[in-house]
Amino acid sequence: MVIIEPMSLTHEEVDHIAQLARLSLTQEERDRYCEQLSAILDYAARLQSVDTHAIPPTSTVLLTRSLLRADEAHHGLSTEEVLKNAPAAENNQFRVPPVME
Amino acid sequence: MNPTESLSLHSMSVALQAGQVSSRELTSEALQQMQRLEPQVHAFLTTTAELALSQADQADQQLADWRKNKTAPCSPLLGIPVAIKDVLTLAGVRCTCGSRILENFVPPYTATSVQRLLDAGMIIVGKTNTDEFAMGSSTENSAYGPTKNPWDLTRVPGGTSGGSAAAVSARMVGAAIGTDTGGSVRQPAAFCGVTGLKPTYGRVSRYGLVAYGSSLDSVGALGLSAEDVALLFCQMAGFDARDATSMQMPVPQMDFAENTSLRGLKIGIPDEYFIPGTHADVANTVQAAIAQMEAQGAEIRRVSLPHTEYALPVYYLIASAEASANLARYDGVRYGLREPEEQILEMYRQSRSVGFGSEVKRRIMLGTYALSAGYYDAYYGQAQKVRTLIKQDFEQAFQSVDVIAAPVAPTTAFRLGEHTEDPLAMYLEDIFTLPANLAGVPGLAFPCGFASDGLPVGMQLMGPHFGEATLLRAAAHYQQITDWHLRQPALSLPAGRS
Repeated sequence: MVIIEPMSLTHEEVDHIAQLARLSLTQEERDRYCEQLSAILDYAARLQSVDTHAIPPTSTVLLTRSLLRADEAHHGLSTEEVLKNAPAAENNQFRVPPVME
Repeated sequence: MNPTESLSLHSMSVALQAGQVSSRELTSEALQQMQRLEPQVHAFLTTTAELALSQADQADQQLADWRKNKTAPCSPLLGIPVAIKDVLTLAGVRCTCGSRILENFVPPYTATSVQRLLDAGMIIVGKTNTDEFAMGSSTENSAYGPTKNPWDLTRVPGGTSGGSAAAVSARMVGAAIGTDTGGSVRQPAAFCGVTGLKPTYGRVSRYGLVAYGSSLDSVGALGLSAEDVALLFCQMAGFDARDATSMQMPVPQMDFAENTSLRGLKIGIPDEYFIPGTHADVANTVQAAIAQMEAQGAEIRRVSLPHTEYALPVYYLIASAEASANLARYDGVRYGLREPEEQILEMYRQSRSVGFGSEVKRRIMLGTYALSAGYYDAYYGQAQKVRTLIKQDFEQAFQSVDVIAAPVAPTTAFRLGEHTEDPLAMYLEDIFTLPANLAGVPGLAFPCGFASDGLPVGMQLMGPHFGEATLLRAAAHYQQITDWHLRQPALSLPAGRS
């Protein structure tokens, strides 16, 4: 089991998480999340005291395996319907800023 | 007609079928009550008056046809107004999820749960307010302003299905659909003095439910009685090929005309749910209700759910981790808000930062951290293992009892703004409801009295997987011998009555 000490996140760690989550934070948010996430993680550290040796993880509570559907073609949404909510579209495609220069 | 009586689904159905009232009249009454009380309560994000009235006219036509030629039974929900939480899609009607990022999103398809209510002839009067992406415990995290509790407008209605609970409590509608990932049907039901069911995980299709915590999310029902909630639940439940987590289990046929009884029902009382920190009025009121059930012949037994104290951190790690993955789809490309940026990475970041509110960002950050390299095993992995222990606690307890009784929340409805600066204090409001989601078992909240401050107190019954009918029957019997569920907030009474 990995032991996590009671901890507080640094501003650099908060920046790293924000980078991974594709969020840009204001200075005020940076300070606030630093404090609040540290408090929440400190609270969560109590889980480390539970002995989970030989306990399997639960990723779903489903009682039986779900069935696969038959491999048959179904009608999906039309291109028009799919693009209806797009912020920008062109030639039946989503339009985005350049991905590469 | 007594206003409460008139909004019981059964009495509305009887009156509709007998031709004593039309669906157009019932729908107009609902829309009028909404118009009168919405400036104070703000239960709805979108009202669909025009759609509702045209559906009502269709229902009236169907009712007229049925009366002429009663070959098949009439749907007991035909012509009855219902409200839908704004995280479930209805094709052609905007679905915001309480978020700015989906302010103009108009879904091209309808959620299965909603479609099944439409198939039964229900009339949709609007989409109800919710905490943004169903993250919160008070409906204060809605980007469109909070809903107020009809019992006391300075209090929260609970959350996240606060709009649905308030709409039923204020007698705008007799029934509403909500969703429950950590208590979001049950806690607002308790705070607003109505009945609310979180079904077994996999029982009601989630196709068309905007995803938050996919291993926890469930679609539930709110109404004025267990009988009404059962009607909605049975209509929505059942296998759906479009939801991979949907279970192939027969839907219970529930007939409340039969005499319900509590005789011999084994009710477990978990020590871990009667702890210091729970408001004394809440604990005493729930204990009194349990004693009343015992007097009706129920057998009361002590049970233990020893890992209850870990449910809160387990929930917030797992739900946030799942949320961080689910909400990655909001990138400004296919739908939702896009900020005009020249670089794609900056476009993603700005669209998400402007579009999401602070609780959603907090949970995305927490979940991203819990899943990140070097921390996965310690946080997410450990939480999944402790989740197994919580699930086993329930399996163990249900070997000796039929249902488990507990409070729904440690307090009655708190004041608007009371917890907005302290996320942990807000999370603690959910300690009695989170475990059922982690274990995937059903939970039912229903009114069992009032605290000294005049606010409703809710009782929770939890059952084994697919045990909804037992919970609903027990609550229906309790509602035959009590009238807490018939009490209504003063503002909901017709003007001039009190």
